[in-house]
Amino acid sequence: MPMKTFAELNFPGRLIAVEGLDGSGKSTQIYLLKRWLELQELKVFFSEWNSSDLVKSATSKAKKRELLTPTTFSLIHATDFADRYERQLMPLLRAGYIVLCDRYIFTAFGRDTVRGCPPKWVRGIYSFAALPDLTFFFKADLEVSLRRILDGRPELKYFEAGMDLRLSADPYESFRIFQGRILEQYLAMSTEFDFLVIDANQRVETQQSLVRRLVSARIDLPKFVLPK
Amino acid sequence: MGTSKRSSAALPQHIASRRVVVPRPTPKRFYGHGIPGVDLDKLSGRLVVIEGADGSGRSTQIARLVQWLEGCGHATVQVGLKRSTLVSEELEQAKQGNILSHITLSLFYATDFADQLENIILPALKAGFMVLADRYIYTLMVRDLVRGMDEVWLKNVYGIALVPDAVIYLTVSPEQLVQRNFQKNHTLDYWESGMDVGLSRDMFDCFLQYQALVEKQFRRLQSTYGFTIVNGERSVEQINAELQDEIERVLVGK
Repeated sequence: MPMKTFAELNFPGRLIAVEGLDGSGKSTQIYLLKRWLELQELKVFFSEWNSSDLVKSATSKAKKRELLTPTTFSLIHATDFADRYERQLMPLLRAGYIVLCDRYIFTAFGRDTVRGCPPKWVRGIYSFAALPDLTFFFKADLEVSLRRILDGRPELKYFEAGMDLRLSADPYESFRIFQGRILEQYLAMSTEFDFLVIDANQRVETQQSLVRRLVSARIDLPKFVLPK
Repeated sequence: MGTSKRSSAALPQHIASRRVVVPRPTPKRFYGHGIPGVDLDKLSGRLVVIEGADGSGRSTQIARLVQWLEGCGHATVQVGLKRSTLVSEELEQAKQGNILSHITLSLFYATDFADQLENIILPALKAGFMVLADRYIYTLMVRDLVRGMDEVWLKNVYGIALVPDAVIYLTVSPEQLVQRNFQKNHTLDYWESGMDVGLSRDMFDCFLQYQALVEKQFRRLQSTYGFTIVNGERSVEQINAELQDEIERVLVGK
């Protein structure tokens, strides 16, 4: 199954994804983008990674009990993604919505590969999904994103810190190494998947104005006005 | 049973004098890349898969095989679909509500399979057990193929699976299956009838058509995966004797 964007597949809708490390500020940016599109009374829908109800119960149970291996971690997230993709994203894109995704398949490509799953296998699993029409990658210096997350000394979750990889017995150190490896994966995917790289070390407003400019240049927004 | 006071002369000779054979290790491989970090040379047990529709006699045969294998001195473990600690409850819920789309349900089953593969099958094989699987990836693939899913995609997903030492497919005609299912439950199962595929509004018709499609896919996969096809329409004893022969071959390493 060759990977094509929704536009290339002649869907009336468009999908915009944001990717980046935890603490890169991507969620803030996609929220501001959503508000801007909504205020223009466009057909917009926002979707988060890991949010399908049914699968959520299995994932949270599994994560609490630390039951997951790299393979089951990958499959259970793919299941969750497929549920959202088939029941939510696809119908909305068929109905001509602009769908905003906080993380998309690239999050899985990066994490699962770092966990030791073969990239070809992971990509094969997600090959049922079309590519985003626009993918913003928020590229912050590793230290900047680490500081944003770690400054509050939050309780890092087991899998979030990559503790299953046995990189370090210290969750904070483990998190640092894990995030560093994911960043490498993102950078490696950047050209292959045409990421629009945004310098996430800049001010929120500077980034947002660039994001808005790119979106209006690449998507014919007036086409997506809500029917009166 | 072990407290019997009978003299040894009264014991069934064929069991009492049975020699315990230690199986020789045979090479193992995965269909695709497999599970990262598994040392295949350490898997000294045997994996035997019994496939077939509901009502084909799988569980009856497996129960007998366990008796027989244990009698021969082999430790056994049984696995089956939808039995993982990870997602079996959620999977059951999803099936009841019939709310998941195809790819989602398919990946849910794959997760269930992977969990059992990593946490039960592989450790048991490492410990030298005879693992009897009541269905394996073939049923999962066939169900999806009947529903029009992409074969290349399915083969990639199940590239994680270990190649079994033997796969036995019990065939029973759809007409026979209907009779057996009614004898057992007085009802046809929604999924085993393929009602979600919408072949017919009539459950009876749907069951017959669906099971015929399943059988066709199994026979198609047979050339790739080399199942041993066993006629399941004979007596329990006849079938079991054939299965025992097949497994004996597996035990001596063919």
